[in-house]
Amino acid sequence: MNTPLVSLFEAGKAYDQLEALSTMTMSLNEGEVLGLFGHNGAGKTTMMKLILGVISPSHGKVEVMGMAPDSKEAWHCRSKVGYLPENVSFYEQLTGLEVLTYFAKLKGFSKKQAIDLLEQVGITHAMKRQVKTYSKGMRQRLGLAQAFIGEPKLLLLDEPTVGLDPIATRDFYKTVDQLKSNGSSVILCSHVLPGVEQHIDRAMILSSGKLLAMGTLSELRQQAALPVVIKPTSFKAGGLNGALIQDAKLSSFMTSACPNTLLVPENEKVATLKQLLSLNELDDIHVESANLEQVYQHFLSAHEQTLQEQRKGELR
Amino acid sequence: MKQIFTVANKEFHDGLRNRWLVSITLIFALLSIGLTYFGAAASGAVGVTSLSTTVASLASLAVFLIPLIALLLSYDSFVGEQESGTLLLLLTYPLSKSQLLLGKFIGQGGIIALATLLGFGASAVVLYIQLDDLAILSAFGLFIISAILLGLSFTAIAYLISLSVSEKSKAAGFALITWFLFALAFDLALLALLVGVEEGVTQQGLTQLMMLNPTDIFRLVNLAGLDSSDVNGALSVAINASLSQAQLFSALVAWVVLPLTLAIFIFKQKKL
Repeated sequence: MNTPLVSLFEAGKAYDQLEALSTMTMSLNEGEVLGLFGHNGAGKTTMMKLILGVISPSHGKVEVMGMAPDSKEAWHCRSKVGYLPENVSFYEQLTGLEVLTYFAKLKGFSKKQAIDLLEQVGITHAMKRQVKTYSKGMRQRLGLAQAFIGEPKLLLLDEPTVGLDPIATRDFYKTVDQLKSNGSSVILCSHVLPGVEQHIDRAMILSSGKLLAMGTLSELRQQAALPVVIKPTSFKAGGLNGALIQDAKLSSFMTSACPNTLLVPENEKVATLKQLLSLNELDDIHVESANLEQVYQHFLSAHEQTLQEQRKGELR
Repeated sequence: MKQIFTVANKEFHDGLRNRWLVSITLIFALLSIGLTYFGAAASGAVGVTSLSTTVASLASLAVFLIPLIALLLSYDSFVGEQESGTLLLLLTYPLSKSQLLLGKFIGQGGIIALATLLGFGASAVVLYIQLDDLAILSAFGLFIISAILLGLSFTAIAYLISLSVSEKSKAAGFALITWFLFALAFDLALLALLVGVEEGVTQQGLTQLMMLNPTDIFRLVNLAGLDSSDVNGALSVAINASLSQAQLFSALVAWVVLPLTLAIFIFKQKKL
């Protein structure tokens, strides 16, 4: 746990004029799941490629398992890294089993492991069929099986749940949790997805090659200072509104847009809840912290604003 | 080494699965047996004629077909995998770029080599049964080995194309142009040089120019030993300026090794 599995130290990548990923420092510990969020072209894939050692950083240092991933010494580490690319169409004319056996052999494993993995992702029934007959979801499962070859210490998954049905998605997250408990680290790269929150330890938000925010979800919530939504309900005649408006503190949280809804800052959540619970009229209460998607939107729009201000400043 | 073998094995099986091996072998076998039997049909006779006529016509046939087939087989080797995303994935595996390239070369080269051996070997056997002359085997041996080298050379050239472009359709276009330049245009240009420019090139110079084209080296290898009555065009001039077979073969081998080395170099520089 002392040395991080992956660390980027002031690393960045520029192609000619274009800065694909600006200088950033981050680290990933063993057994940690990191969510990497951002729009298309935000630099997610560039960062993955840097960690995979397919490209070298223009400046700074990247280390994976204590070595630069693009160096010769890191060669043997590569069989401990699993990668699912965003858009991959496997050899269409081969069967699923043939594809996976090929990749397994390249990592030094046998056909037997390939069969086990196909069973794990649930496409055993189709393994003797050509990949071109597979549906989108089955292809995605094949890709995942490929990434899981050899129980990798580090997994990089680019849009892993695209095309998966809810059950397959649940199975996928189960596998991620299992790998995590075995001490593997995972980098999940996606547009923000519902349901991803419970499975990640930390999130990283990127936009146009820049790191906007990084931290655990509650840290990000705090940074974003997004209010908690509290919806107290009363079934009694007259409802709660009267009681709420009478109280100066509670009424200040109310919004005109949605009645019966309080937007409360995170640090006043507990106090407000206590106060609400003491109301006699209260029958039900619904508390909702800002979810990942809202946090993400917040950071992106804040970034947009600063960009716009910069542009205005330049114009002046 | 194991990695190279894994890749080679996959590429070879792809060649089997896509019926490449069967079709190339069939084309070579049918054409060569046909030429062996009916090569003299123009002079009114059907049946096996002289060895040199047969080899000469086979060589002039192979010189067009083999480069075309090799280019067709391999032009999308890299650009195709790049488009489907598997190239990037493969490069995250414990597999170096040169291992991947050599593996592909061995696999696809194996298809070409085996098809050439089986296809042209068939007519060698037919001829041997008919004429019962050991000279046939040596002449055909020479022919087949040089044909294989020609095929490998164009496989390597196809990799150069495949690694230098970013779209499959572009690679196909370049492959076609490459074939046209090497198989047709180069010789026409040489002829024009010979006929059009008086005292333009010496015999020595002409032979040296021919070393710039693997198809010409292939022709020289196979026609040099034959009666020059069966050979015409720019070649007959060059044949007289003698280069030993060993020199010609090493030139042909160089045409395999150099493009392959260059392809590895380009692959290593390539941005993904």
